[in-house]
Amino acid sequence: MKDFLFVFRANTEMPKPSPEQMQDTMKLWMDWISGIAAQNKLVDRGNRLESAGKVLRPGNVITDGPYTEIKETLAGYSIVKADSLEEATELAKGCPGLLFGGNVEIREIGKM
Amino acid sequence: MVGDELIPHLFRTEYSKITAVLCKLFGFEHIEIAEDIASDTFLSASELWGLKGLPENPVAWLYTVAKNKAKNHLKHEAVFNSKVATHLNYSTESMELFDIDLSDRNIKDSQLQMMFAICHPAILPEAQIGLALRILCGFGIGEIADAFLTNKETINKRLLRAKDKLRAENIKIEFPGKVEINKRLETVLTTLYLLFNEGYYSASNNSALRKDLCFEAMRLTHLLLENEETNKPVVNALFALMSFQSSRFEARMDQQGEVILYDDQDTNLWNKELITQGEAFLNIAAQGNELTKYHLEAGIAYWHTIKEDTKEKWENILQYYNHLLLLEYSPIAALNRTYALSKANGKAEAIIEAEKLQLANLHVYHLLLGELYTDVDNDKAKACLEQALRLTNSTADKKIIVQKIGKLK
Repeated sequence: MKDFLFVFRANTEMPKPSPEQMQDTMKLWMDWISGIAAQNKLVDRGNRLESAGKVLRPGNVITDGPYTEIKETLAGYSIVKADSLEEATELAKGCPGLLFGGNVEIREIGKM
Repeated sequence: MVGDELIPHLFRTEYSKITAVLCKLFGFEHIEIAEDIASDTFLSASELWGLKGLPENPVAWLYTVAKNKAKNHLKHEAVFNSKVATHLNYSTESMELFDIDLSDRNIKDSQLQMMFAICHPAILPEAQIGLALRILCGFGIGEIADAFLTNKETINKRLLRAKDKLRAENIKIEFPGKVEINKRLETVLTTLYLLFNEGYYSASNNSALRKDLCFEAMRLTHLLLENEETNKPVVNALFALMSFQSSRFEARMDQQGEVILYDDQDTNLWNKELITQGEAFLNIAAQGNELTKYHLEAGIAYWHTIKEDTKEKWENILQYYNHLLLLEYSPIAALNRTYALSKANGKAEAIIEAEKLQLANLHVYHLLLGELYTDVDNDKAKACLEQALRLTNSTADKKIIVQKIGKLK
């Protein structure tokens, strides 16, 4: 088994959800990630990321987030294990982020 | 004969107390001596009481006899050892000074310290449970063999190996220091949890013995709650879990010792006192920030004390199982979680999730699938249940599965 990183990206152009919707979404995430844990394929639940951030560029150029010029923002990550990239991609299906215009990037984690 | 009857399990309870105190005194090097003195005491008692009736205060009588036997032994040993050995654990002088302290306080302290010693990480879990049953609960070798569904010889060997290990590792009968107590407490709780489960889920048909195992696990857990150092939220959570589970004891088995499934249980037989007790301890367990598997399992057990199937009940159970799996994977948690999912979100979703579990080697996996496919695709349900039947060796399980197949149209 190899480890794979799920990078969750959220669509910033979507309207802000209501508190009720957020609670429902939380449950969707919980059920989905636990479904992977139930297959014993979750390595690290990972973390969600706050929307505020900074980007440092050459010459000490610092820009603030959120990045209104792009419609995608990094929302979080998790680590799963699978035999292949295909299997890992299969695990990513059902990710609640997809329901809200977001996406999941699946990348194998290189071994040192 | 005096009319008074002995309180149930008096010998067993007092055996464990006397052994703990004496063993604490002698150290594990001489654990057999402690056990022998305790056994001798009860032999004297049973012979004498059988002839002459019960003494006025049986416990005090036992303690006096045990003390005398211990002192005699020490004198004997001291004379012997002073001639042949110098590395004495107890010297002649100190022997004159000490009294063998069988006060309530010292008994509890000794048992608690003994619990930490036995539940040492160096001892295998199975051996820990055996030692706990023997030394802390006063069970006979035959009873332990019965509980583990094995023979006396196996248990004897297991206990001997464990005792050798206690000596080889030079494990002291003492309370762990402040730094290591949490780590050590974890092992103790695991053993108590396994001890309880051994009684609750054992395949043994001896239902009285099974209840005793659960009762003993609760008694030992309560011993931890009585001590300030170990009265922690996690211990309260475990005690709450045990209370909720044991509340269904009378309802989960019929007169013939046959298992009655949760859905078919008579709730009038559920023990309300134990449920209330569980709620009280679960409330105490909620203090602090720690969320352990015992908290989550107690939460699941709490919702099971409410028979009515509501959306709220199964949603809560599902979320507890989700958290449990995120803490630590186990096949049983994965299966139970999928069942809760079917109750909370419907069978269609649960079937998709169940098919992903890759637990086809377990009969309970096919039992779950059979359950999920029932009324959705009964041919498929039947095939799953038949597969479960092929994979199990337990007669009780086979009976339940055959019943389920019979109910399918």
